[in-house]
Amino acid sequence: MTRKQKRLAIIGGGVGFIVAAVLLVMFAFSQAIAYFYVPGDLAKAHLAPGTRIRLGGLVENGSVKRGDGMTITFSVTDTLDRVPVTYTGILPDLFREGQGVVAEGSFREGSPVFIADTVLAKHDETYMPKDVADRLKAQGVSLGGKETIR
Amino acid sequence: MIIELGHYALVLALAVSLLQAVLPIVGAVRNDRALMEIGTVAAKASFLLVAMSFAALTYAHVTSDFSVRNVWENSHSQIPLIYKFSGVWGNHEGSMLLWMLILTFFSALVAVFGDNLPESLKANVLAVQAWIAAAFSLFILLTSNPFNRLLDAPGEGQDLNPVLQDVGLAIHPPLLYLGYVGFSVCFSFAVAALIEGRIDAAWARWVRPWTLAAWTCLTAGIAMGSYWAYYELGWGGWWFWDPVENASFIPWLAGTALLHSALVMEKREALKIWTVLLAIMTFSMSLLGTFLVRSGVLTSVHAFATDPTRGVFILMILILFIGGALSLFAFRAAHLKAGGLFAPISREGALVFNNLILTTAAATVLTGTLYPLALEAVTGAKISVGPPFFNMTFGLLMLPLLLAVPFGPLLAWKRGDLLGAGQRLFAAVAIGLVAGSAIYYAQNGGPIMALFGIALGAYMIAGSLTELFLRSGLGKVTGAVALRRLSGLPRSVFGTALAHIGLGVTLIGIVAVTAFETEHIVEMKPGMTTDAGGYTLRFDGLRNSNGPNYSEQSGHFVISRAGVNIDEVWSSKRLYTARQMPTTEAGIRTFGVSQLYVSLGDGMADGGVVVRIWWKPMILCIWGGVLFMMAGGAVSLSDRRLRIGAPARAKKQTKPVLEPAQ
Repeated sequence: MTRKQKRLAIIGGGVGFIVAAVLLVMFAFSQAIAYFYVPGDLAKAHLAPGTRIRLGGLVENGSVKRGDGMTITFSVTDTLDRVPVTYTGILPDLFREGQGVVAEGSFREGSPVFIADTVLAKHDETYMPKDVADRLKAQGVSLGGKETIR
Repeated sequence: MIIELGHYALVLALAVSLLQAVLPIVGAVRNDRALMEIGTVAAKASFLLVAMSFAALTYAHVTSDFSVRNVWENSHSQIPLIYKFSGVWGNHEGSMLLWMLILTFFSALVAVFGDNLPESLKANVLAVQAWIAAAFSLFILLTSNPFNRLLDAPGEGQDLNPVLQDVGLAIHPPLLYLGYVGFSVCFSFAVAALIEGRIDAAWARWVRPWTLAAWTCLTAGIAMGSYWAYYELGWGGWWFWDPVENASFIPWLAGTALLHSALVMEKREALKIWTVLLAIMTFSMSLLGTFLVRSGVLTSVHAFATDPTRGVFILMILILFIGGALSLFAFRAAHLKAGGLFAPISREGALVFNNLILTTAAATVLTGTLYPLALEAVTGAKISVGPPFFNMTFGLLMLPLLLAVPFGPLLAWKRGDLLGAGQRLFAAVAIGLVAGSAIYYAQNGGPIMALFGIALGAYMIAGSLTELFLRSGLGKVTGAVALRRLSGLPRSVFGTALAHIGLGVTLIGIVAVTAFETEHIVEMKPGMTTDAGGYTLRFDGLRNSNGPNYSEQSGHFVISRAGVNIDEVWSSKRLYTARQMPTTEAGIRTFGVSQLYVSLGDGMADGGVVVRIWWKPMILCIWGGVLFMMAGGAVSLSDRRLRIGAPARAKKQTKPVLEPAQ
């Protein structure tokens, strides 16, 4: 091979790989990301059943009920609307009524109950997930001193 | 008084850094040795000053001086002594001071060990290091001062975040920073070379040990963080693709690429421009990581505080340094002459392949990490990019590289023989498939991809050993000759083999635990049993106890196999009293390289308790492989050629060893 051909082979291979990587990333973005909602957004959102989303808000006071075995139901609220959630498994240490929470999962066809497969409450006791705090503020919900994130 | 001295020392360090940032460069331009020498002295001085400052803050933490705001906010009189020490960097201000300490430590190392460098290069490197030091000490003094006092000293502190009250905090951040900040030396070398407009193979040889040292520490730091998250958070996961993890992983990928491209530059004088760019980008990614973690744009356990001025300040540092270095690069790169030629199939070609994939993978992880931030800024939509995205993109992109790893060292420089290398790796492929099938069979099946994943890991291990095997000529010559040949090989050959073996071991661990892990969530009452991974756990009941600063409820489990009791494990939930914050202390028992992981959930009304039990087959391979990689880094670092040109004292002639007649 000549010098030019060698260089072309290397550059061509590199560009080809990068194009493949870009296509892969675009494909993954269309498949594997979850949008974030608070309960008040859901009416407008028109989600197809089974769409993975993250649902954030506060755990409504008095809503946490332990069902049979490991299944737990609770409501996520932005103080105006609420969404019932079921989750099977062990809740994080910092999951508490009245505290911020993010649940990841989806709705089933024809059911208003959100089936969560992951529940996140964060590492700090004064912590409100930033996503939740921003959205709640956007909804006009007063958080008192709670929105300060340490 | 000691606190004020610490504060003062930090201000002095800033002043010294400013001198060090200017005078050596002027000296290099004027060829004035006295001015250049100031860099060496200043680098040592500013390290000592920052060390004094750090010692003062440590003193405040250890003596629980709550009149210092930083101590009051992040410490408590009752926490054990070790956490009073590690708590120094368990907060934003202290961790930035640690960052500074390590930065000036590296500058001082360059000053002490850089005698073999050309004077002007050394002066420029130290000056660039000082720019970074000046920027960050200004940042600490203006926005994150750990020495601020409270007017009325409170009687008790607000406690260290309980999640951080672990020996992991003592090890993980310093190691990670040694890696992160260690790349600043590579950055400074790159910028200094651009300032001088001269760059050659010797430059690559000087940069290589710093890259190796930083890379080894970063590898250790990331692995330590991963293991810490695994046992401390109680979720049983070892990697979450959390943005903060990615912030350390991106510089690691870039640094790994740099390690390999510097090799080409050193041996063949090729890829000069690319290597310089990579050196700049690696530290830029470290800075970006610091920004992401410290600015509070990401929410995580690492975002100790969110103060917009801090974010803006770090962003300015980021723009100044990355932008400045890249402009200099654009201005100067054309002056750098291209080096040796090589065919696409060659050692150089393989290393280019490595760089292409590693940098693309780094860019992909970066995209996934920043995309949610960018999207929110532009459209306001909030999304989460989680493990599915990263597993899909990163996993697929890395696959060709993993396949190619054993080929690299078998290809000759300039022009390689792919077919020949493939033939030599035939045995490795066979060993891989056999090992994959054996483990697959031993685990009683699972997804068929697991077989190939493990085969790939085993093939990488066998393939890396192939290189040593071939070079020793074992099988063709006697054992003694082979051994002598092996001992004559440069250490970097063993370093390469060790690191690549480690990658294979880690891969096996990842695949095995992903494919064969079992999870059991059960409600248990005392006396009940659960089976996991061939073991039986019997729940004995709960016990309440008190630690120094927490109360604890622990479940006791007896582990048996085939009816014989072999072990026991405690798993607990703690409530840290000062913050009223619960944490999970998982119970973990190791069997070979596999682990049983028991995590306690909530108590039920009827006296039972929810228990989460995982069987984690071969999970220790993940971190065991990292130990190999670190060993590889350390062995390469001790290679003789990295010390060539160093002022070595004349060695004594070793006596010829008398061998017994055979």
